[in-house]
Amino acid sequence: MSEPSPDKHSSRTAPPRLLFESGSSGRSAFYWPAEGEKIKDQIPAALLRDDISGFPELGELEVLRHFTRLSQRNFAIESQFYPLGSCTMKYNPKINEAVARFPGFALTHPLASVEVLQGALEVLYELQRMLLEISGMEDISLQPSAGAQGELTGLMLIRAYLTEQGGPRQKIIVPDTAHGTNPASSTLCGYDVVQISSNNQGVIDAAAVAKVMDENVAALMVTNPNTLGLFETNIVAIADVVHGKGGLVYLDGANLNALMGVAKPGHMGVDVLHMNLHKTFSTPHGGGGPGAGPVAVKSQLRDYLPIPRIVKRGDVFELREDLPKSVGRVRSFFGNFGVLLRAYTYIVSLGGDGLEEASRMALLNANYIRKKLEKSYQIAFNEPCMHECIFTDRIQHKNGVSTLDIAKRLLDYGFHPPTIYFPLVVSGALMIEPTETETPETLDAFVDAMLSIAQEAKENPDIVKTAPHSTPVSRLDEARAARKPLLRWEPTDGKND
Amino acid sequence: MRYTPHTSTDKERMLRAIGLDSIEELYQHIPKTLREHATIDLPQGLTELAVRKRLTGLAAKNANAADWSLFLGGGIYHHFIPSAVDAIISRSEFSTSYTPYQPEVSQGTLQALFEYQTLICQLTGMEVSNAGVYDGASAAAEAVLMSRRIQPASRRRVLVSRALHPHYRAVISTYLRNLDDMQLEEIPFDATGATDIEQLSRRLNDQSMCMVVGYPNFFGVIEDLGSMKSACAGSGAQLITVTPEPLALGLLKPPGAWGADIAVGEGQSLGVPMTLGGPGFGFFACQKKFVRSIPGRLVGETVDTEDRRGFVLTLATREQHIRREKATSNICTSQTLCTLAATVFMSLLGKTGLRRLAEVNAARAHEARERLVTEAKLEAVFSGPFFNEFVMRTKSADDVIQRCAANKIAPGVHLMQWYPELKDCLLLCVTEMNEREEIERLVRTIAG
Amino acid sequence: MEFPEGLKYSKEHEWVLVEGTTATIGITEFAQEELGDIVYVELPEIGEKVVKDDPFGAVESVKAVSDVYAPVSGAVLEVNDVLPENPETINDDPYGDGWMIRVEMTDEDDLKDLMTAEEYAEYVAQQKEEDDEDEEEDEAEEDEDEEK
Repeated sequence: MSEPSPDKHSSRTAPPRLLFESGSSGRSAFYWPAEGEKIKDQIPAALLRDDISGFPELGELEVLRHFTRLSQRNFAIESQFYPLGSCTMKYNPKINEAVARFPGFALTHPLASVEVLQGALEVLYELQRMLLEISGMEDISLQPSAGAQGELTGLMLIRAYLTEQGGPRQKIIVPDTAHGTNPASSTLCGYDVVQISSNNQGVIDAAAVAKVMDENVAALMVTNPNTLGLFETNIVAIADVVHGKGGLVYLDGANLNALMGVAKPGHMGVDVLHMNLHKTFSTPHGGGGPGAGPVAVKSQLRDYLPIPRIVKRGDVFELREDLPKSVGRVRSFFGNFGVLLRAYTYIVSLGGDGLEEASRMALLNANYIRKKLEKSYQIAFNEPCMHECIFTDRIQHKNGVSTLDIAKRLLDYGFHPPTIYFPLVVSGALMIEPTETETPETLDAFVDAMLSIAQEAKENPDIVKTAPHSTPVSRLDEARAARKPLLRWEPTDGKND
Repeated sequence: MRYTPHTSTDKERMLRAIGLDSIEELYQHIPKTLREHATIDLPQGLTELAVRKRLTGLAAKNANAADWSLFLGGGIYHHFIPSAVDAIISRSEFSTSYTPYQPEVSQGTLQALFEYQTLICQLTGMEVSNAGVYDGASAAAEAVLMSRRIQPASRRRVLVSRALHPHYRAVISTYLRNLDDMQLEEIPFDATGATDIEQLSRRLNDQSMCMVVGYPNFFGVIEDLGSMKSACAGSGAQLITVTPEPLALGLLKPPGAWGADIAVGEGQSLGVPMTLGGPGFGFFACQKKFVRSIPGRLVGETVDTEDRRGFVLTLATREQHIRREKATSNICTSQTLCTLAATVFMSLLGKTGLRRLAEVNAARAHEARERLVTEAKLEAVFSGPFFNEFVMRTKSADDVIQRCAANKIAPGVHLMQWYPELKDCLLLCVTEMNEREEIERLVRTIAG
Repeated sequence: MEFPEGLKYSKEHEWVLVEGTTATIGITEFAQEELGDIVYVELPEIGEKVVKDDPFGAVESVKAVSDVYAPVSGAVLEVNDVLPENPETINDDPYGDGWMIRVEMTDEDDLKDLMTAEEYAEYVAQQKEEDDEDEEEDEAEEDEDEEK
């Protein structure tokens, strides 16, 4: 672990040019010599465009160098420890990448005949089966493109089911610790949100739910373990309260990495859940996707699942679309097949035993960090956590150092910071999720950095408050970006880089 | 154990540090009834070699464009992808990083997304683009929801062309079904294969919110956006264009030039392998005045404390993590790595290359159709201008598909599954990846 | 911190300047401080009706959005057109140039629920004290734990 550089300009290089600020008129990296392949009058001239003004004109090496240099300005799992709470930044296996590039997967077209897509359909069918075993649920759709889309789909299933029972109802109960996608998805589905608070132990009481549960509530959305890293110990009683008034329980499966071999959502009274394959199941985050958010249900909701469904008749895989109660499609074709394929590869690589060990080690790593930091940082809840732990900046605040400052200073130590300021119920939250793929030595190095920063906060708070010092850029003016949004490059004269 | 590096010594040391005797103690607070039934009943994990073998076997059971001659389009297209694209997106600095919430260490992704937003604006002729959404279908649905945020409550009738991709229409319908105030109507297509403008004009009134049209549409036909814009503008409805094949925009007048209010589409054609239809990405662009209503992420330019140019996620107060139930959308994770692939692709092809590639597509598709008419005696169903897809009527689509399959040719998609009146009609796509000899074999096999 | 005498104040940290039947409304210094750099202001249209205790607009900083509540009911006469281009005016001069809307009041009785400058100053002091108390409580708890 290197010391942060004392000269704060030394590791900062000039910002790279934009694609549009380099190159030369007429230059291209595309070579296609075929002469005579010109359209004549087949498309009327009035429908044709002018040249694409401003489009790049670069050679191949120029392009490669541009993006390679850009990549070097990123932190990533394969370069830095990345303990973002609730994101599960575990190792993204290379075998998954190799498999996704097999022509027999990468060059398949979704509208080819089902007979010649049997291998792909088998991957999807088997993935369905394995995810059901892991979650303890009864049926599933792999269509949603991400967790948020899975949530929306799950709520649509609930709505369709309740409508058939007599009426969709109007409200969804959402805890104050919920991820922002929960209330946003509820609104998109035409529901109003009722918020409930967690108790002093950081979990939800069945009594608190009972207070707001009535025949006008369609569902309760819950995350387990919750975003405080705590297991919702009252979940079964809570589910009873909700079911008692004819409502359903939706589980946000973002934290599934803590539960494999520990407890199955299907046994908790959960009726619908989504899983994030780009979290628990190792598919790469890609700087913001693609992901996948399969939605799993208990049997009373299976008729409403999106079409097409993948079924097996004898040895043959088929698609079924003649399902009149289905909510329809939530996206084109089958979903993010390339992501689903990577998750399949991961699950067969680990097997049941490997998945259970993953959750065990995730918990061990998180509790190890918790124990090592609890004397120097204020812990949000003084009890064993699951796969993530939360601290606050209360102690450091006495010297005017905030969670934001601590996060920025960690960058100088070569670590990506934990999730900050979430969940909202913990003031100045620092949510640390190491995941199971980290060695104890890495955890020790991270702990050392955090202890060092705690020390700096006491003895030299300025260096923390003005961090980062060694990253490609220093703190950026976000107010300016919001007040005067510049969302694209525009050709201007005299523009410097 | 795969990927967990802990030895038994490591575990012992860590447990001691925590003050526990066994890992089991970490689960004491979990209800016993849940613990008892939690075993995951799946086979034991496999070695990397065994995994590779199994997946190779599964891959071999799929028709792929390397072994087959695919003349399939319908929203997913087989195009040339320069090797440099995969070289860049395989870099772990791009693929294993997270959403750029800590901008100081995410300038790579943020600058690439800023460049992407610019390229989409240039390609579509629109003023503002977001950083991408899931796919073309959800982009179309999100565009309708955006129009709903902009237009007054008196306007809640959504008009959709029946010639828009059936999946896209289905997703729009699914998204709207849960909102009480929305009405969805379809406008039919005419003999040219384009939307019936007369019908459209008759249905537009002061309650119309927007008109959604494919450009090109599902049949490959290039719609008359000029007339459509006049009709819509006259009644105060917004025009939303949806482009499943953006390569067409290398040649055709872009939606912005026709006055589209919102222009969306599917970006897979631009450097992303087909992969059974996903992941790709949805692109989403609009006029500047609507920017605060746009869904998804936006990257903006700014400066750091020493006036260096840098990039950040901006206007985040629209999004779910801040606005929660009042957010413009619920979208969080999107399709960033795929938009990066498109950015690299568009950089490599550049101004002249993209146009050239589009010309090759159009030329080959027109030539192939000509040959199918004259030599294979098929009927061209629609008379409208087209880019690289067209519809042909056969005597028996099933028969043609079967005969071609025996020669590892996929001669288009049978349209009857979505359009009962188009029985025995095939939607064929011809791209630069269909060699001359393939077209030759296609024509011969169909001619019989 | 400033608490101009001639104004009335609401619990949601808005101020009101009454001139006859016209009320000019903005947010207080305390409010703008809590929000941080303001980047965007959502304002109603001229002619719109605002209802006492209902939100009439919103103020956005980079990381948060706050609804602004009408301290009195009325019809909007004027809207501060400086704010769309220069939202930071609210930070710089919350009681002067940073005014948000001017309304024609429909019921003068609405003013009875508002506070004087002195009352508001106390209210703000109380809010700050509560925050400090929370901090002290946590510290006391910490000391307890250490003793264990």
